Amino acid sequence: MSSKPSLAPLAAPAATPRKALRAWPPANALIGATLLALLVLLALLGLVWTPFDPLRIDLLSRLQAPSALHWLGTDEFGRDVFSRLLIGARTSLWISLLAVSFAVCAGTLIGMLAGYLRGWTDRLLMMCNDALLAFPGILMALGIMAIIGASQYGIVLALGIAYTPSVVRVVRGSVLSLRELEFIEASRVIGNSELYTMLRHIAPNCLAPLCVLATSMFGWALLSESALSFLGLGVPPPAATWGNMLASSRPYIASASWLGIFPGLFICLALLAINLFGDALRDRLDPRMRK
Amino acid sequence: MLRFILQKLGMAVPTLLLISLMVFALIRLVPGDPALLMLGDMADPQSLADMRRTLGLDHSLVTQFLIWFKAVLSGDLGFSISTREAVLPLILERFAVSAGIVLVAVLLATLIAVPVGLLAAWKQNSALDLGLVMSATLLLSIPSFWLGLLLLYAFGIKLGWLPVVGYVSFAQDPWQALSYLVLPIVTLTLVEVGAITRMARASTIEVLRLEYIAHARAKGLSERAVLWRHALRNAFAPTWTLVGLILGNLLGGIAVLETVFTLPGIGRLMVDAIFARDYPVLQGCLLLITFVYVLVNLFVDLLYPLFDPRVKL
Amino acid sequence: MTHANSLLQVRDLQIRVGEHGPLAVDGLSFDVAPGEIVALVGESGSGKTMAARAAIGLLPLPMQVCGGRLEFQGQDLVSLDTRALRAIRGAQIGMVFQEPMVSLNPALTIGRQMAEALELHTDLDPPAIHQRCVDMLQRIGIRDAERCLDSWPHQFSGGMRQRIMLASVMLLRPKLLIADEPTTALDCLAQLDVIELMLELTREQGTAILFISHDLSLVARYAHKVVVMRQGQAVEQGAIGDILLAPKAEYTRQLLEALPRRGELPPLPASDGPLVEVDQVCIEHPGPANFWGKRAYKRVVHSASLSIAPGETLALVGGSGSGKTTLGRSLVGLVKPCAGAIRFKGVDILKAANRTHRLQCQMIFQDPFSSLDPRMRIGEILLEPLRHEPGLSATGRRERVAQTMRDIGLPEAFAERFPHQLSGGQRQRVAIGRALVRHPQLVIADEPISALDMTIQKQILELFERLQARYGFACLFISHDLSAVERIAHRVAVMHQGEVVEVGSREQVFDDPRHPYTRQLLAAASPLEKLDDGSYRIRRAS
Repeated sequence: MSSKPSLAPLAAPAATPRKALRAWPPANALIGATLLALLVLLALLGLVWTPFDPLRIDLLSRLQAPSALHWLGTDEFGRDVFSRLLIGARTSLWISLLAVSFAVCAGTLIGMLAGYLRGWTDRLLMMCNDALLAFPGILMALGIMAIIGASQYGIVLALGIAYTPSVVRVVRGSVLSLRELEFIEASRVIGNSELYTMLRHIAPNCLAPLCVLATSMFGWALLSESALSFLGLGVPPPAATWGNMLASSRPYIASASWLGIFPGLFICLALLAINLFGDALRDRLDPRMRK
Repeated sequence: MLRFILQKLGMAVPTLLLISLMVFALIRLVPGDPALLMLGDMADPQSLADMRRTLGLDHSLVTQFLIWFKAVLSGDLGFSISTREAVLPLILERFAVSAGIVLVAVLLATLIAVPVGLLAAWKQNSALDLGLVMSATLLLSIPSFWLGLLLLYAFGIKLGWLPVVGYVSFAQDPWQALSYLVLPIVTLTLVEVGAITRMARASTIEVLRLEYIAHARAKGLSERAVLWRHALRNAFAPTWTLVGLILGNLLGGIAVLETVFTLPGIGRLMVDAIFARDYPVLQGCLLLITFVYVLVNLFVDLLYPLFDPRVKL
Repeated sequence: MTHANSLLQVRDLQIRVGEHGPLAVDGLSFDVAPGEIVALVGESGSGKTMAARAAIGLLPLPMQVCGGRLEFQGQDLVSLDTRALRAIRGAQIGMVFQEPMVSLNPALTIGRQMAEALELHTDLDPPAIHQRCVDMLQRIGIRDAERCLDSWPHQFSGGMRQRIMLASVMLLRPKLLIADEPTTALDCLAQLDVIELMLELTREQGTAILFISHDLSLVARYAHKVVVMRQGQAVEQGAIGDILLAPKAEYTRQLLEALPRRGELPPLPASDGPLVEVDQVCIEHPGPANFWGKRAYKRVVHSASLSIAPGETLALVGGSGSGKTTLGRSLVGLVKPCAGAIRFKGVDILKAANRTHRLQCQMIFQDPFSSLDPRMRIGEILLEPLRHEPGLSATGRRERVAQTMRDIGLPEAFAERFPHQLSGGQRQRVAIGRALVRHPQLVIADEPISALDMTIQKQILELFERLQARYGFACLFISHDLSAVERIAHRVAVMHQGEVVEVGSREQVFDDPRHPYTRQLLAAASPLEKLDDGSYRIRRAS
């Protein structure tokens, strides 16, 4: 009893709607990738040059609207908003990157162990994982920040720990479903050890869903870092992140609305870029897996 | 059927236990004398000694946990350091505020997003579909706190239609309460509509490709009947799971909106407790939110067979 | 057939992929008269499915009819508007699809799905609809019809679902039934079952059938007329008897030649004792685990005993659920028996450290799609087993891989390709190469050809014969189709519900079957035989 006859019937119809969809994802990916590249460039720029010193207080020029001199205006301490946004870009993107890397490394290790070892180890790990997952969204990060206190690396740790369970779940799921595929059994029949099979055959095939997840997580991390900073639990001032810039703009929302508009706009554009790019990545990786 | 329910309930219990353990561990990880943490810097030596005895600090860590857990189960979550109120009624009251907003917003978002997602999937690749997907992606990318600020600025300050600060409970005065709640609910709805629309659209597209849809068409059903009767139920299942996740996420993330709109919700309570080092309140918030999240997921799981009978084993 | 009499008339039909794509169907013409059974036969890519879907107006989106006429009872289907088309669908033209696993909506009960069509096309009230459904279910042999109507699709097996599908389509008494490979996903006996049912129901109501299939021998028994298609064109058509008697087109001949036939088998090498002995082996399958991790076990193989001599091909045949695959997998160590012994060259492999045995037994898996790692190149896939081959230098390994590629008939350039760039038949060749690269003594082939087209099946079997002649390995050939093994098996073992019910030489089993299950399998096997004058005839089996 054959399970997947290679005869055309529904393979062709299923394939062709995807081909029609191909028309617009490239635009998707293009916009997303361009935006993302732009933001990374801005962040890198912020490393070496800003129009003004982002930390320099100049009370004479406080709360100036956007002009030719200060492109995006100045804040309540006379600091140039654009310069602060630039270094904010660097901080926010860097923190998010570190947090995601932490989660991916830790999560992949644990996920593979759980999927590979099965039995009691797996069940114990998954129980702990489910309990961790029961801390919704940034609650876990909030809890950890409560202990560590607000600091840059504190956020990285907090977000990293908060996102690890999601990675564990995805990696373990991948491993479990791949284990049942025939080419994995074939590897065992050839005589390869379990460890070799894991590393050579299972791991590379987990990459696709992991990539998609990592991209999404990068967006979550960026948003969470901004939210935490907004609440006052993130990177403390005078260091600039988009989140805490937004927080300090609140008292001036009526008088100096530009202080609230631009940081939020940057966060929004960054998230849009990541989402578009993530979509395109998913579309690209999916059909090949489908084959 | 009963076995299914019992099974799911059974699996929730160890999770709740583990969560309690984690919250206990988290609080204990704070450096310093636990008794001092619970009572605040202003406590007198007698109260500290009493607290030490209550917490069981001279016993093993395991005993301490058991004592703590027993107290939690009986509803005794201690007293707030800042306001000296009992923690449990305080957090419940605040939770009601947050839960009200979250539930209404998610309900609205689902009611809007699911038909829109279905429509987009039906007209896949048309201009309408592209427009809807772009809008959904855009909405998804807007941080809720920024949107809240913008709406507050536009409707509260510039136009003056709605109040900017404050909160009135529904029980006291429904109309006034509504005027305070409109902006936060609208903000939240807009932010979540994007995610749910995309999921509904994606899962409907998946389902429409399947063979039983072709079979339904072959029977002579109109496209609308096919979509509504056959596709919806199957496509809704992943969306339903997403709704559960969103509800949970919002329980944690509502803090930012409560900050923007100055609402007395549980998110704000938690953040304030962190700043004030009010550990009893912090502990209570963590426990309540995670417990509720587990229950929400349980509820989602229990209703899942409605949409996918294959699960009802 | 005169035009006035035709139910469905297809004239010079052309179907194109998108606006400027290639033609999927090019100039197809045929008629279906009332009550007639017409078969569209062809391999993948022949366009037969597209033609059938065009008849009911369900072409998938990029495909469109760009030329020719499709007339049903005088009405041109192509120019019909959606509303009129929907009125025809279901009531006048019914369609049964291929995959019984996904053809019924898992979220609706059977009763709901059956009633739906009646609600749409008739004016019957709910009690009358209910009664009709119950009657029809009883007609197809379901005793507890009421309970069936309240059940969900996933509670039934594949064959059962296909019968229910048929029942719900025939409820509306359509004039034409389009059956798109309705039995391809089922095993031999279930196939027969479903087709017999289909014939019964259609005969009663005088429904014509347009039967799409890749298997000429299957339709030979039932069809009045056959249209042989290849790459979008009809290469030959006519009454089945005429075509079998004197096939005109070269392709038709190829299709008929592809049917496996008994030929001369090379003699077995001399040996002192069997290579593999399976002795009273029992195997259990774990069921789903409950919360505490305890599983219920289900016995899948009961006290099976077999032996395979060196160089011999033993065919293991049975329907789905017979345990044949499980038994095969136990020989390579993928499954552990819970009782009994398996001896390889006299050594019990379950007790001893089975490294040597492992290396000497290799396996070819069933699904060419999933048995190769999608991320490895062909060359790497063939090289990997040689990691465990002692005494080969790097050059030696490369030479062995090159030799294997020559053996399986793939050009050297293919070594750089990935599996998704190869066709199903080519992938299966690679799977065979991978199994043989170490020159093992025993190869377990688990339904290696079931998922392939007929002509490709023949090629693979020929390849197999050649390789066996060259390397002299023994083979356990697992299949659900007796006719496939007639060509290469020395001996045949038949399994039914976990037990080996008959074992014998090829001649014994095929010419003088003893067990009733074997006889059933033979009856379901290919009915065509070639006569000396080059024509074919339907074999009337007893």
